[in-house]
Amino acid sequence: MTDVKTPAADIKAINSILDAYSGKTGILIPLLQDIQEKFNYIPREAVELISEKFHIPYTKITGVITFYAQFRTEPVGKYIIRTCMGTACFVNGGENILDAIREALNVEIGATTGDGLFTLEKVACLGCCSLAPVVMINDEVFGNLTPQKIKTVIENFKKRESK
Amino acid sequence: MNVTKIKVGMASCGIAAGAAPVFKALSDKFGGKVEKTGCIGMCYREPIVEVLGDDGSSVIYGDINEKRTAELIAIIENEEVRKEWAVFIKGAPEFEQSLYNSKQVKIVMRNLGRINPESLDEYIAAGGWEALKKTLAGTPENLIEDMIRSGLRGRGGAGFPTGLKWKFARASDSDKKYLICNADEGDPGAFMDRSVLEGDPHSVLEGMAIAGFAIGSDTGFIYVRAEYPLAIKRLEIAVSQARNAGYLGKNIFGKGFDFNIELKKGAGAFVCGEETALMRSIEGNRGMPTLKPPFPAQSGLWRKPTNINNVETFANVPWIVLNGWEKYAAIGTEKSKGTKVFALTGKIKNTGTVEVPMGITLREVIFDIGGGIRNDKKFKAVQIGGPSGGCIPASLLDVPVDYDSLNRTGAIMGSGGMVVMDENTCMVDVARFFLNFVVEESCGKCTFCRLGNKRMLEILTRITEGKGKESDIEELEKLAGQVRNGSLCGLGQTAPNPVLTSIKYFRDEYIAHIKEKKCPSHVCKSLLSFTIDAGKCTGCTLCARNCPVKAVEGEVKKPHLIEQAKCIKCGKCYDVCRFDAVIKD
Repeated sequence: MTDVKTPAADIKAINSILDAYSGKTGILIPLLQDIQEKFNYIPREAVELISEKFHIPYTKITGVITFYAQFRTEPVGKYIIRTCMGTACFVNGGENILDAIREALNVEIGATTGDGLFTLEKVACLGCCSLAPVVMINDEVFGNLTPQKIKTVIENFKKRESK
Repeated sequence: MNVTKIKVGMASCGIAAGAAPVFKALSDKFGGKVEKTGCIGMCYREPIVEVLGDDGSSVIYGDINEKRTAELIAIIENEEVRKEWAVFIKGAPEFEQSLYNSKQVKIVMRNLGRINPESLDEYIAAGGWEALKKTLAGTPENLIEDMIRSGLRGRGGAGFPTGLKWKFARASDSDKKYLICNADEGDPGAFMDRSVLEGDPHSVLEGMAIAGFAIGSDTGFIYVRAEYPLAIKRLEIAVSQARNAGYLGKNIFGKGFDFNIELKKGAGAFVCGEETALMRSIEGNRGMPTLKPPFPAQSGLWRKPTNINNVETFANVPWIVLNGWEKYAAIGTEKSKGTKVFALTGKIKNTGTVEVPMGITLREVIFDIGGGIRNDKKFKAVQIGGPSGGCIPASLLDVPVDYDSLNRTGAIMGSGGMVVMDENTCMVDVARFFLNFVVEESCGKCTFCRLGNKRMLEILTRITEGKGKESDIEELEKLAGQVRNGSLCGLGQTAPNPVLTSIKYFRDEYIAHIKEKKCPSHVCKSLLSFTIDAGKCTGCTLCARNCPVKAVEGEVKKPHLIEQAKCIKCGKCYDVCRFDAVIKD
């Protein structure tokens, strides 16, 4: 987890998310999902505040965070590239797409590019198997990819950003 | 003829294929006549647009990209029909009697692509929420009896009789009972449930309400994957519509029945598709399976009696209630009734979702409906049941699709993913792929699943790298038995299936990797070698310029040579060569 201090404004935002869950049961996962949606990751302070407010042991919260693939404890890039590793993508050359992205961005799985633009992730299956191989960049799905096509897609994102 | 309605397929596949700009362009032109709809299953022809006329006519067009939209607008304005673009024309025998359409029976997919999934009125016009009304006029006991007689079995994969499950939950005495819809569709290669949730969410809610009445529960949860943002959005809309209209909430239809539904988003853990793990996840814990018994029907969510069914199972329920159990039981085989939805993917021509009667053969599904193998290559195997299933070879293509016949092959019915593989797919590599998946998704609770699968993965990896030993196949079989017996939940117990079936049906491929150090399908990189056919090489230098490690040598207009010691086997030279001069072996 990062040791960077969360600004006071963010602490306020965390608290307002927590308030919405007062008095409910089975809250931990939806609560963490809301926090991640707001911050793109789960700041250490959020874990401390949840623990305090809802009397859930800190270790239990981190246990849940590390169990589920969705949760992150580090900030991510502006664009999250989710490369599908499902069976249909695998059969249709998904690993070559992953290699092409790695090469184009010079970044490993789970890491973020130096300019803070892209985070590369792999996911088990996006469920768009008929368009395999598939990559999802934020909420947009790109299908029927070839190594060349995904490189062009990434170039277009870069161009959009440099404008 | 006047055009009354234009429907654009706006499920995830359609949107990814570019349906949104088409929808916008058509809406700008034709306004309120244009509507969103779900996926009719023909993903391979997305984006799809249906044009309906006041004379009852219907033409469904495929591949309507942005470029074609302007032309389509002209076609609609001139009230013409463009046959070459059509994937279906109502009343035209060449479409209605095509193998693709005539071999399918649509029960679960009855409304997909027909109604606007975000409109309650359209669901009601299609007979929606009538089944709940009919149910509430009767007794839970009769409902359960009918469900047992219909022969409906759990569509999540294991195939437990649904009516019987309800009966057990009903028999449990408790002040509170829960009902859960398992929408954590995690099998890679499966997207049937996403299609149903995106295209007809109310049918799932209605099925849940009926089940709630059967077991005596007033609280339902839908545990849905976070990776399905559109399905979640449409479910949220449907739940709020149903609440406002009084189909969910208190005293439904004035019959004193209360039922509410809440959505719970999964957080990316495959094991949560296992029912005990799923319940721990809803409770806010790490999703780790627990020992059965006690079964959920006795002690489930928050230790209260709980009934869990899958999306497709629930979507069947309103149809059975409205049409009667006899009609449902008339479809299928002796022990597997009704229909099954499959997601057809991989190296198949017609990718998408299909719904077929139980008892149809795999050959009919793959060749008659699926159109056979892409690029007319040779069929090698079909993988069904995901990481718990297995690879079925060509010699078993005439096996009927039913729970028991598929079990006998070593695979399972599973949730409905059907990934077709051709001659260019390496079966050892496929086994390694699934095991890698299981190793990443194992929750780590049981030693055999946590470590046994890892050892098996190491063996498979070494085989694909050309370092396999002769004793490896035996070792894999031994470990597989131990993992199966030593694991608590379905994930571990079935994890060896892809390995065992591939050894059973494709042993020769394992032997080629181990003894001859060859990958017959030319997939495993370490076992490949690239050479240049001097007779075909024109010395165009394209390969040399593209080689990332400068392993290709040669002068312009003279045959080139690949220096084997430098080659990293990336295959770039093979891909770029325009003269088929690079040989991959």
